[in-house]
Amino acid sequence: MSEEIVLKTEDLTKHYGGVHALEGANFEMKKGEHVAIMGDNGAGKSTFVRQITGVEQRTRGKVWLYGEEVSFIGPLEAREAGIETVFQTLALADDLDVPDNLFLGREITKWDWLGPFRFLDYKAMRQATLEGLEKTAVKIPNIRNTIRNMSGGQRQCVAIARTATFHSRLTIMDEPTAALGVQETAQVENIIRTLKEAGEPLILISHNMRQVMDLVDRIIVFRRGRICANLDIKSEDISGEDVVGYITGAKTQPEYSDAA
Amino acid sequence: MTDTSHGTGGLAFDTTKRSWPNEMNILLALIIIVVIFEILGQVLPYMDNQSFLFDTRGRFDTIFNEARLQIIILQVAIIGIIALGVTQVIITAGIDLSSGPLVAATAMIAMSFAQTELVNGNPNPKAIFGAWAMDLPVIVPVIIGLMFGAMIGAINGTFVAYFRIPPFIATLGMFLICRGIALWWSAGRPVSFPTESYKFLGSGMMPVFWFLSLAAIFHIILRYTVYGKHTYAIGSNEEAARMSGINVRKHKVMVYMIASMLAAFAGIVLSAKASTAQAGMGEFYELFAIAMAVIGGISLTGGRGSIIGTVLGAMVLGVIRSGFTFVKLDGSYQLMAMGGIIIAAVILDQYRQRNRA
Ligand SMILES: Nc1ncnc2c1ncn2[C@@H]1O[C@H](COP(=O)(O)OP(=O)(O)OP(=O)(O)O)[C@@H](O)[C@H]1O
Ligand SMILES: [Mg+2]
Repeated sequence: MSEEIVLKTEDLTKHYGGVHALEGANFEMKKGEHVAIMGDNGAGKSTFVRQITGVEQRTRGKVWLYGEEVSFIGPLEAREAGIETVFQTLALADDLDVPDNLFLGREITKWDWLGPFRFLDYKAMRQATLEGLEKTAVKIPNIRNTIRNMSGGQRQCVAIARTATFHSRLTIMDEPTAALGVQETAQVENIIRTLKEAGEPLILISHNMRQVMDLVDRIIVFRRGRICANLDIKSEDISGEDVVGYITGAKTQPEYSDAA
Repeated sequence: MTDTSHGTGGLAFDTTKRSWPNEMNILLALIIIVVIFEILGQVLPYMDNQSFLFDTRGRFDTIFNEARLQIIILQVAIIGIIALGVTQVIITAGIDLSSGPLVAATAMIAMSFAQTELVNGNPNPKAIFGAWAMDLPVIVPVIIGLMFGAMIGAINGTFVAYFRIPPFIATLGMFLICRGIALWWSAGRPVSFPTESYKFLGSGMMPVFWFLSLAAIFHIILRYTVYGKHTYAIGSNEEAARMSGINVRKHKVMVYMIASMLAAFAGIVLSAKASTAQAGMGEFYELFAIAMAVIGGISLTGGRGSIIGTVLGAMVLGVIRSGFTFVKLDGSYQLMAMGGIIIAAVILDQYRQRNRA
């Protein structure tokens, strides 16, 4: 398989008991490509992400990352393999402050010979946090407040700053701008453009048609757990209405007719 | 830290105005309780104008009644050592009920390797093992006791983290198992006559020394190390901790192991102090240890709490115990008062949480 394929899935399937949340997803993205995943609520978008990132164990199917078949047993492995994810649930620890959350699981430490009891370098983490947050333009009065007291948008920006602070081989964002104001949304879109210029691949899940049309190269549409369209919006002439048609089920691409 | 603003996106923040730490409330409560006993000492007719904490009779060189201060902390020190561990368990949103019986079981086992061969020139009447286990260096019973604690903790942690048994159930089972081990070990007979060096571990103010040193160590560990951060993260949002790449299950096993090793150490110190080990030792210790953490402001839903809080919680219990003795009210009143204070502490905590959310 070509090294140019960042991510490939074959027959990726997830059943929750009787619920067929994801069914036979065949997906492929190239190096430097930005791909959006769209679909109604409950279409299986987040489920797709959870199977790739090892948060859950898939029912069936295969996943390749940069040509190498992978089967992550947990999110730590996925991250170590270079997948950086903003989960829809944000995955923040409410009782910790902003730097703690940004660096959770990969703290800057000193005296590493102490093993699990190695010391945290709070100063370095605070500094890096301020830099990371600058990129999202979020307004947070005091980064040392616990996450619990923060607004939905502030929380979201913390989760996004987390991915923007660390370099990755694949970034996945599950509805990153859902709760954001106009300015913050624009900043997050800027972060995404920066990733594009740097050639870092991205999977963006979003319900925002304008945003998706502006930002990505390709749209994958999910419907009732199945992929029903693969739309190359950069080279083909596809309108927002067309995409809506695929999402609602008014249209289906012939090669995905079994999803209808 | 300087007083520069930490705001991002142009928002300023005044670092000189720090939020009121929770521990200050407990310190305040502690002071109020002391003041109440001071007043009672003055107004109660039978009290003869005695002071609770201050030395008003010039028997000592200092202004404090040192003897009372020592007793206050000495009588909570051993349970306090357990509380340091249970604090960590509760921060992960768990609970450990097995520590009291573990104290007894460890006391029995460790003491069996700390006996002297000759008592007043006669063979040790309580000998558990043969001559090979007599007069061993003190490190031997200590290591054996700690290893036993680590094993019990590893089992607790494994059941909680890998088999997903609720911590309350897993450690309740271990509560019974440990009491059973303590009774089985010597068929219910006490184990006595330890070496001088073993006795020293619990002599005089040694329990206080252990308690405060271990408190200092675990304060630093919880606040400044990766272990501490992950402990809070797991209690705060276990799923987020997992998604952030923390090995939650492994970490939980470690937390339960540390807690049980601290309880085992408390058992060693207790048996050294008493110069004997008995299967019934440590009754209600697990509950008093949890009470110390709760009075210290820990949240039973996890994510919040501190060693400083727990140490202050231990002091509150110590002061109440001493205070009731001081005003000549017996143990039955002490228990009722402690129960009331524990409930009050939880109500206060819930009130605080609701006002915050
Ligand atoms: N743990 C679970 N157990 C059972 N069913 C689940 C579970 N997680 C998700 N589902 C179901 O799987 C389906 C797909 O859910 P998923 O979260 O992937 O939707 P989504 O496309 O991300 O929707 P949204 O746009 O609302 O985020 C839904 O019907 C959901 O109810
Ligand atoms: Mg979703």
